[in-house]
Amino acid sequence: MAKAVPRERVAPGVDAELARKLLGGMLLIRRFEEKAAEAYALGKIGGFLHLYVGEEAVAVGASSVLRPDDYAISAYREHGHCLAKGADPRRVMAELFGRRDGLSKGKGGSMHLFDRSVNFLGGHAIVGSHLPAAAGVGFAIKYQGGDQVCVCYFGDGAVPQGEFHESMNLVALWKLPVVYICENNRYAMGTSTERALAQTEIWRFGQTYGIPSERVDGMDVLAIREAVGRAVARARATSTPSLIEADTYRFRGHSMRDPAGAVYRTREEVEREKQRDPIVLFRTRALAAGLLTEDEVRALEKDVSDRIDEAVAFADASPEPPAEWLFTDIYTDGSGEA
Amino acid sequence: MAVLTYREALNQALREEMRRDPRVFVIGEEVGLYEGAYKVTQGLLKEFGPRRVVDTPICESGFTGVGIGAAMVGLRPVVEMMTFNFALVAIDQIVNTAAKIHYMSGGQYRVPLVIRGPGGPAAQLAAQHSQSMESYFYHVPGLKVVRPATPADAKGLLKSSIRDDNPVIFIESETLYNVKGEVPEDPEFLVPLGRAVVRREGTDATIVAYMGMLYRALEVAEDLAAEGISVEVVDPRTLRPMDAETIIGSVRKTHRAVVVEAGAGFAGMGSEIAAFITERAFDDLDAPVERVTGANAPMPYARNLEKLKTPSKERILAAVRRVCGANGG
Repeated sequence: MAKAVPRERVAPGVDAELARKLLGGMLLIRRFEEKAAEAYALGKIGGFLHLYVGEEAVAVGASSVLRPDDYAISAYREHGHCLAKGADPRRVMAELFGRRDGLSKGKGGSMHLFDRSVNFLGGHAIVGSHLPAAAGVGFAIKYQGGDQVCVCYFGDGAVPQGEFHESMNLVALWKLPVVYICENNRYAMGTSTERALAQTEIWRFGQTYGIPSERVDGMDVLAIREAVGRAVARARATSTPSLIEADTYRFRGHSMRDPAGAVYRTREEVEREKQRDPIVLFRTRALAAGLLTEDEVRALEKDVSDRIDEAVAFADASPEPPAEWLFTDIYTDGSGEA
Repeated sequence: MAVLTYREALNQALREEMRRDPRVFVIGEEVGLYEGAYKVTQGLLKEFGPRRVVDTPICESGFTGVGIGAAMVGLRPVVEMMTFNFALVAIDQIVNTAAKIHYMSGGQYRVPLVIRGPGGPAAQLAAQHSQSMESYFYHVPGLKVVRPATPADAKGLLKSSIRDDNPVIFIESETLYNVKGEVPEDPEFLVPLGRAVVRREGTDATIVAYMGMLYRALEVAEDLAAEGISVEVVDPRTLRPMDAETIIGSVRKTHRAVVVEAGAGFAGMGSEIAAFITERAFDDLDAPVERVTGANAPMPYARNLEKLKTPSKERILAAVRRVCGANGG
């Protein structure tokens, strides 16, 4: 048994329940992604599949400070964000399988997850395109006099796009309650930030637009939780936007078609970064602090594993969407061929 | 009925819908303080204030995306493109996001959004500011595309577009803003999307034309009436969904069709209309469908060349005579 560390060494306000929630949330995403990779290898998932393995702390830490009526919107590496916002893993997996019980009836796929029941506004796969929509959600919140917040996840690859800068300008100009979270995993596909950005300290762009900005260790779920917590509180109370740069890393390739990722980064670098595994780091801290016991962690892992097995079984059992669904949902009145 | 300009009719539609529904707001470049580059939004800032009449910096992609996001969570934005040429800056937002959200989300999220502004040939504005833009949009499932030619349609179709739960591309025209016409004052006056109108009845040939070309077609019909040729003129008004039934019905009656469009002919609206007439009414046709289209060239600045770019009344006349002559008429 590891020597107990005083609780404040973990973080103030972190109790066993929260520790279980954070660790469980990260494990759920990790296990989901591993199973998705297996299903992809079996041909059950097609197209592009971008896994979030290594970056789980960002979605889980950020979502842990959101209310159910807050909004989240993301890009195409969004399984983790969608699950962390509360989506049912069974329906997410069914969507990846292209089945009728998927979140989007099988019409969206891995890159286009939407779940209205948890205010998850999608899965957008044109890099940078959803950042203005996030500003629009913030605009609507303010217009309606609400106190919700919109969290917008995007990668470092979106930063050189015009829409990043247009969005920063608009949320700053209009003071909209949007928290932009840049998951800087250092590579836009195979292009490193050094090869893409004249300013590689992405959080500094927020300063340019006069909005509160900071860089945070994206592998530390508690650090994310604190930084996003501050930003969300600011947005809720004073409709102030923020830019948070989370220093993270994806352990796997850009997509399943880039399994090794060894061309543009070294194996040594990947192995070194795996030492920062957010799940291992937090589990170690929680155990050391006595917040969780080894038995509790094992039970948590078992529970998550069972849930994901159940998700795969659910997706397998779900039928393909019927042929007539090709033409449904094009227009809201049900008209297909226009 | 009141006699209004096309511009005033649009203004009235915006006003009425904003009064009726607090979720409706107007956003775009110069829509507020400046009262609109073409004054369509004149007086709106004064009546509704800056919360609902939102001036933006120049960032079409950004503010179109703002409209999409706001629409997804319950508002009903009317995004003004100062001219539709600038909508190309936002075409990814329109085509990849607005048009597809409802489908990609399996029907969970709606995008009740209107994107409106002037487009089509204007007066010596040259290649980047004088062009027909509808073809970039009507190809896209998920979008509705409206092209109203008269003040009454401008009002009734804009009101219907604002009340529609889908993204609607609503393209006006600089050259029509001062056209006058009778416009119903009833705030519930609506013109349904997707329904064409027969502007003039006839028996010998059908001309399908919209926007500025409609007026040219009506002149042609008038001229030919003097020669004893009876021309029916159909205005589709909405290009997607297209009211093929009304057009086919007219062709079944007249047995001859001329399709006119201002834009370049290659893969244009005329191609589509000519194709469905041929597919669905081939046995009714007494002559091949004729297309009279804009030249397949960018819009030139020089007045003489500009005139050659857009279909002239003479070219439309000649086409109608050809289809009639094909049957010895």
